Amino acid sequence: MTLVVLSLMFWAGAWVLNVGLAQSAVTRSRAGRLLVPAIFGITVLVVWEGMVRGLGVSPVILPPPSAVAARIAVSLPTLWADFLQTAVKGALLGYLIGCGAAVLTAIAIDRSPFLQRGLLPVGNFVAALPIVGIAPIMVMWFGFDWQSKAAVVVVMVFFPVLVNTVAGLAASDRMQRDLMATWSASYWQGLFKLRLPAAMPFIFNGLKIASTLALIGAIVAEFFGSPIVGMGFRINASIGQLALDMIWAEIAVAALAGSAFYGLVALIERGVTFWHPSQRH
Amino acid sequence: MNRILPVLTVVLVIVALWYVAAVGMNRAWVYDQASRAGVEPPGLGGLITATINQERPVLPAPHQVAAELWKSTVGMAVTSKRSLIYHGWITVSATLLGFAMGTVLGVVLAVGIIHNRAMDLSVMPWAIASQTIPILAIAPMIIVVLNSVGLQGLVPKAIISAYLSFFPVVVGMVKGLRSPDQMQLDLLKTYNAGDAAAFWKLRLPASVPYLFASLKVGIAASLVGAIVGELPTGAVAGLGARLLSGSYYGQTVQIWAALFAAAIVAAGLVALIGVAERGALKRMGMAR
Repeated sequence: MTLVVLSLMFWAGAWVLNVGLAQSAVTRSRAGRLLVPAIFGITVLVVWEGMVRGLGVSPVILPPPSAVAARIAVSLPTLWADFLQTAVKGALLGYLIGCGAAVLTAIAIDRSPFLQRGLLPVGNFVAALPIVGIAPIMVMWFGFDWQSKAAVVVVMVFFPVLVNTVAGLAASDRMQRDLMATWSASYWQGLFKLRLPAAMPFIFNGLKIASTLALIGAIVAEFFGSPIVGMGFRINASIGQLALDMIWAEIAVAALAGSAFYGLVALIERGVTFWHPSQRH
Repeated sequence: MNRILPVLTVVLVIVALWYVAAVGMNRAWVYDQASRAGVEPPGLGGLITATINQERPVLPAPHQVAAELWKSTVGMAVTSKRSLIYHGWITVSATLLGFAMGTVLGVVLAVGIIHNRAMDLSVMPWAIASQTIPILAIAPMIIVVLNSVGLQGLVPKAIISAYLSFFPVVVGMVKGLRSPDQMQLDLLKTYNAGDAAAFWKLRLPASVPYLFASLKVGIAASLVGAIVGELPTGAVAGLGARLLSGSYYGQTVQIWAALFAAAIVAAGLVALIGVAERGALKRMGMAR
């Protein structure tokens, strides 16, 4: 009981501290802006730990964060193998193929307004569909190993990137294109020197959406069949053993991988689209 | 109206490609059967009819999927365990319950975030960061854990749906509630309006277009959540269960039919919200 009371007190204290910080001048600085959410995150972990221990929640229902951390420390090699199988082979490879194909397709249909008018509504429609559902079909076609996971990811990321790229290629305005024409720029010069750079903010928007979809696709596809390695496999197998600490460990890895992947794409975006108003501070 | 012809062309091209792919991918089986029976492999015409009418093809032809869809929706009693309407309804009910829960929670949290700076600074970064986390991956765990607490059936799936539809709504609503510009807020201040009046008369109406945009994202996410939530329960009922049992027994036509049913449901739900959006925006005089 004392643990419960202590964690509640910690929560109240942290909240008062955060309210104080939020109203002070600290949040003007960059560090202050990081400090407040960090305190909130730590509070969640402390309250979680205190509640689970204080109320005696069974580890089969919710393990405390310390148990998850211990599990991560013990099974690092397993987690690394799963990460390589799912995130690198399945998600990253599929992401690269899918996004590459989408950008190339967008450029290929760029010269045909007819195809664009036809493909855009279809692409928008498909982007809203539950595409994860193709996972069992891909597993049947490409086998249990990472190829089928990459295939699911390719299909999942293709349409968001395609729709965004086509929208981006239309983003440069009339005046700029006319200027290129007065310099007698060829179609390809206009594409590479004006329209593709102008499309970059849109393309990166699609790439960022796709980066979160990729990992989901790779993990969920493993629920339909996988070799005995991989994050989705480990989650599914650990459910059977009620090894919830292992599942949370995989989730922590997935969260780290997902955030790092997104952060990487955002970093590249900052480098490529430094000229865009949203990147200037 | 000038969009119908291009869309139809694209759809027709896709169907044509599909038939070609079906012939290509199912060819091996036909040749295999022929060599086992000790007869000459069929010519092109025979090959095509043999490949697009198999019982368990690698890739079922469009007409087979359409026939299966028709058979399992119209041609069957709704209460039958093989009716897609029965399974679809189970998925849709979980989706709608979860979507409602997620939307209410999301709106409430968004209201808290815009009125409390501490909450804004501490919760918002995590809400955005959580988008990068493959939440769907923990769906099976949520189902199993809730099962062991004694919650079964609709509610666990709905909780996953709620979780997935929750974040688009929070992010969209925060944006929407902040969309009135300083001039408008200042005007309300000159009328001596308080926070509450500003909320009901300015912020809430201004947020409606943003709300509908995120509702569309949210309901699609809800449906995905409900379908994935049906996977670990051992393929009992729902569209996800049809996918899983189809993949267990190699019933490719059934998988494709369930997939198309899910697609139709998703399109229908998004279209429904689109209709509500147009109606609401028209009534509010915001229609573009």
